Amino acid sequence: MRVPLSWLGEFVDLASGTTPEDVHAALVSVGLEEEDIHRFEVSGPIVVGEVLEFVGEEQTNGKTINWCQVRVAPDGELAADGGPAIHGIICGAHNFAVGDKVVVTLPGASLPGPFPIAARKTYGHVSDGMIASARELGLGDEHDGILLLSSLGIDAPVGTDAIPLLGLDDSAVEINVTPDRGYAFSIRGVAREYSHATGVPFRDPALALTVVAPVTRFPVTIDDQAPIRDRAGASVFVTRVVRGVDPTRPTPAWMIARLGLVGIRSISLVVDVTNYVMFELGQPLHGYDLDKLQGGIIVRRATAGEKLTTLDAVSRTLSVEDLLITDESGPIGLAGVMGGANTEISKTTVNVLVEAANFDPVSIGRSARRHKLPSEASKRFERGVDPRVAAVAAARVVQLLVDLAGGVADDLGSVYDEALVPQPILLPTGFVSGLIGLAYTGDEVRDALVDVGASLAEVDGDLQVTPPSWRPDLTDKWTLAEEVARIVGYDRIPSVLPVAPPGRGLTRTQTLRRTVAHTLAATGHTEVLTYPFVSERANNLFGVAVSSAVSAGEADAGAGVADAGAASATPVSVPVSVVQVKVANPLDGEAPFLRTSMLPGMLQIAHRNRSRGLVDVAIYEQGPVFRPEAGVSYGTAVLPAGAQRPSAEAEAALNAGIVPQPLLVGVVLVGNDVRHQPGLPAVAAGWQSALAAVQQVALATGVRIEVRQGRHPAMHPGRTAELFVTVPTAVAAASTDSASTVAGLTVSVGFAGELLPAVADDYDLPAVVAVAEINLALVFAQADGDLSVTPIRTMPAATQDLSLVVSASVPAADLRSAVAEGAGDLLESIELVDDYRGAGVDPGQKSLTFALRFRGEERTLTAAEASAARLSGVALAADRFGAALRE
Amino acid sequence: MSDSAGPIDPPAITEEAVNAAVDAALAAIAVATTTAALKLVRSEHAGESSPLSKLNALMRSVPGNQKAAVGKLVGQARGTVTKALTAREDEIGMAEAAARLLAETVDVTAAASAWKAGARHPISLLSERAADVFVAMGWEVAEGPELESEWFNFDGLNFDEDHPARAMQDTVFVEPTDAHLVLRTQTSPVQLRALLSRELPVYVVAPGRVFRTDELDATHTPVFHQIEGIAIDKGLTMANLRGTLDHFVQALFGPEAKVRLRPNYFPFTEPSAELDVWHPTFKEGARWIEWGGCGMVHANVLRAAGIDPEVYSGFAFGVGVERALMFRNDVKDMHDMVEGDIRFSQQYGMTV
Repeated sequence: MRVPLSWLGEFVDLASGTTPEDVHAALVSVGLEEEDIHRFEVSGPIVVGEVLEFVGEEQTNGKTINWCQVRVAPDGELAADGGPAIHGIICGAHNFAVGDKVVVTLPGASLPGPFPIAARKTYGHVSDGMIASARELGLGDEHDGILLLSSLGIDAPVGTDAIPLLGLDDSAVEINVTPDRGYAFSIRGVAREYSHATGVPFRDPALALTVVAPVTRFPVTIDDQAPIRDRAGASVFVTRVVRGVDPTRPTPAWMIARLGLVGIRSISLVVDVTNYVMFELGQPLHGYDLDKLQGGIIVRRATAGEKLTTLDAVSRTLSVEDLLITDESGPIGLAGVMGGANTEISKTTVNVLVEAANFDPVSIGRSARRHKLPSEASKRFERGVDPRVAAVAAARVVQLLVDLAGGVADDLGSVYDEALVPQPILLPTGFVSGLIGLAYTGDEVRDALVDVGASLAEVDGDLQVTPPSWRPDLTDKWTLAEEVARIVGYDRIPSVLPVAPPGRGLTRTQTLRRTVAHTLAATGHTEVLTYPFVSERANNLFGVAVSSAVSAGEADAGAGVADAGAASATPVSVPVSVVQVKVANPLDGEAPFLRTSMLPGMLQIAHRNRSRGLVDVAIYEQGPVFRPEAGVSYGTAVLPAGAQRPSAEAEAALNAGIVPQPLLVGVVLVGNDVRHQPGLPAVAAGWQSALAAVQQVALATGVRIEVRQGRHPAMHPGRTAELFVTVPTAVAAASTDSASTVAGLTVSVGFAGELLPAVADDYDLPAVVAVAEINLALVFAQADGDLSVTPIRTMPAATQDLSLVVSASVPAADLRSAVAEGAGDLLESIELVDDYRGAGVDPGQKSLTFALRFRGEERTLTAAEASAARLSGVALAADRFGAALRE
Repeated sequence: MSDSAGPIDPPAITEEAVNAAVDAALAAIAVATTTAALKLVRSEHAGESSPLSKLNALMRSVPGNQKAAVGKLVGQARGTVTKALTAREDEIGMAEAAARLLAETVDVTAAASAWKAGARHPISLLSERAADVFVAMGWEVAEGPELESEWFNFDGLNFDEDHPARAMQDTVFVEPTDAHLVLRTQTSPVQLRALLSRELPVYVVAPGRVFRTDELDATHTPVFHQIEGIAIDKGLTMANLRGTLDHFVQALFGPEAKVRLRPNYFPFTEPSAELDVWHPTFKEGARWIEWGGCGMVHANVLRAAGIDPEVYSGFAFGVGVERALMFRNDVKDMHDMVEGDIRFSQQYGMTV
């Protein structure tokens, strides 16, 4: 809402010298937030001039321009720019004659743009200024010719300063009006708030007019057969008639200027007057050409398929929820939103029917949204218009049309008024002080409420407060408390820190989440936060669950056999359709789905970093993915009502309707893990880096993550691990969710390895991209908060190495487990130290070397005891995998 | 005194001869500067063919009544030389060890490292820090889904389905829209979830990610982060709201930070206020910065959680993390926060 200061000053006294900034400061203190300041941005010598003579001169381009002699100061005086009284000016317009009064911008003046005016040589003359059009002055869109003062009904002496004459010295403050305060969409409402803020008296324009009841009834029928949410479409409908309006009369300059400042273009006097009164009093108004109306007015709902051509010349198909203004010919307006074309005020309209109605906010709001027609009228109705101001506004329009347009007030009209009367609210003594935490005096409470227009009565020591008609938002004692706090001032509210009861700190999950984030950052990964919007294809590729490969050997791409280039010929196949959530109004049409995997968004980020010259990129992100299950329909068709607790069933249905959104962590590594440095060769990032990140997550959570060979459509067929956790006994015992927490059950929690090179290529990344994705929700669920540990043995250790030859297809981890299991309790540690293939080992076989450390619980082990344990390990490995000792 | 020149007479164990040998030995020890040189000195002056050893060998010919006195003379002389040798040996050993270490000098500014630096995202760090301020006061951290039911995001929060405020939220909807699921436009649905699932009194904060259909530009992003707080107890007041916010901003922005409340409108609070923060260290001069919304929890929100507003009251607030980072850490452009350029987060490292 924009408020011209001159207009505001009609209803409150503005001290001389009050600036727009002062007005903003006052209004913001009562909750009307500052947005902007609007001015005409004109300055300098701009005066009334009279065209003395002009000569048309044809130019080579075919145009004729006029070389004019314009009197800009009375005879014998200097002009406002210090120049002669008569200026020679070039003018391209042709809509004037000798003797016309015009607006002359003299050298030194400045017009909006900014557009400085100076004497300049053009068309073979020195043009000593410019004759301005309405648009050049910022007074509207008119640019077909220069502005003739006679067209505004102005005749002022030559040399008069045109800036105040045209109202161009005014300025407006723009404020943000919150949705509860529709009354502030009027100069009347803002003036009242200014009075609250500053204490200056408020003169209510609604009380300044005498409303005369019409004598002859214009037939109006309110016939709402389908009220929305049990609220009648129209509660007030006032009509008044003015006859004999002179359609040639101009809109006065002051009105054009004020409308311009509030953002409304001048159209015609009658339309300008209805707009003017709407801004002044907040009542949307509509003018009909009375002679085009056929019969009386009926307000009703539209029928299915009914059509209306609105003022903007668009034919609209109506909904049965649309409220219509109709006459015998059919629809003539979409109530409260936009009028119809067929009864529009035109250049020949002489008899005007003025409509001032009060329409239901819900009905108007829905119609405006349905037809995408947010208008000044609908904006006000949606937020609530004072039902008591309709008749006043109609009278004000009549008054202005009589005063300015030469019309005659007719006694024809109508008044329909079924508006609800505001109900009194009980405000218990002490309630406001108790809620705000400030001891308001009785007078402070009463004065504030009277100030905002409420009427008060005392009942058993408590106040009974009847809100004013323009405050539909005042509905209970809490809203009254806000008024008191606001009028007295929020700055008076003291600062008192409340003491919360003792808390339990972060939950285990919240702590783990932070630890994972810190650990990954501390081990060289940089956290990113990506938008969760992806393409359907990305979800179909990455949102697939990882599956187990039979063995490492089968994949035929054993460790150390690097030939990634050959694999890039493999096309990316996107075989399945992943169940996913589609955004109805996506920000990016390329990515209208919610991610089912962390990786697609992160790969784009990796690419962005690479494209900025950052070659080594290691990033991670924690966040939810959106994973609907197949065959489940989510959401709820019907929502429970507000302001009451949903039934247990309704609450359960709401929760069951939420799409599963598990917390995941994704890791992407490209380039080098370790860059080349003095004495240190570079280490390229690869599948091992991804698995290192997995182990860092395992470390951070205290959950053992097991690694097995895996398959995933987005991943390298031989360099992908499937990740598992095993439910510990303690967790299973503590959980009530039997489905996923059976002790010893193995749960797949994600995958890690290298991308399929063709997928990497899709993202413009190099062939080797290491990635990991772990379902943290599943990992956290297995984190045992009550870990029991083994006592530390302090006897001397016995260390031995062990080399076993097995088929190359046996996973090292499985062989290691077999040795450990066979070696038994004396084995304290077993680490893989070498994987040898080649001379001395048969093709298809490999030799794995482990470092073993044995330790006794209470005494030093003999070499024989350690060797016996070692051989037990060998025996089990031989039994399970055909492993043979390599001598 | 004991010039080595002159004919060598058959030696006799004289005090002069012993002293001369000791003096010669001590002089040689003093000038030896390396372990090898000292080894030669040891052989020359304390070895078997050294003058002192030779004198000692003459002990056999010393008459019995003089043996004790002469023996003492020679023995003391040999002791003096041995002691000097040992002392010098230690000196040289230490000097040589020190020299060896000095020779191992490296350029400490050119250390290679297999470890590389990562970083947290400052938005995460600031959210955690803010939550910690409340956890330290006994509050707890609550959570809720990002893809949320409209009931939790709107209806239960007193956004009437036809209220203009609901249309003003620039909501991201998902298909089918009649299933009433939206990407939450605010962290406020967590208020309702906390109230429905917890025993009163409730003091919780909810950091989280929210969504609006804004275009990304220097000051807007469609995906951003908020921190929501709600406290419901008997007798809580708007003064308690201000007290909590004052404490919060001082913990986050320094002891000079303070809060200004301005009247505003939100469907889920009444009275409602806009929350401004006094930013004393802003580069272009101290100023008020609009940071979020707050107010007393609306009676209809309490009712939606089954709480009697005549018995309980409370306050809630919501602030933007991106905005806080912008004014607190002088971030000029939202793009830096959302683009994932690792150089941005690496400026912060592990703290904010």
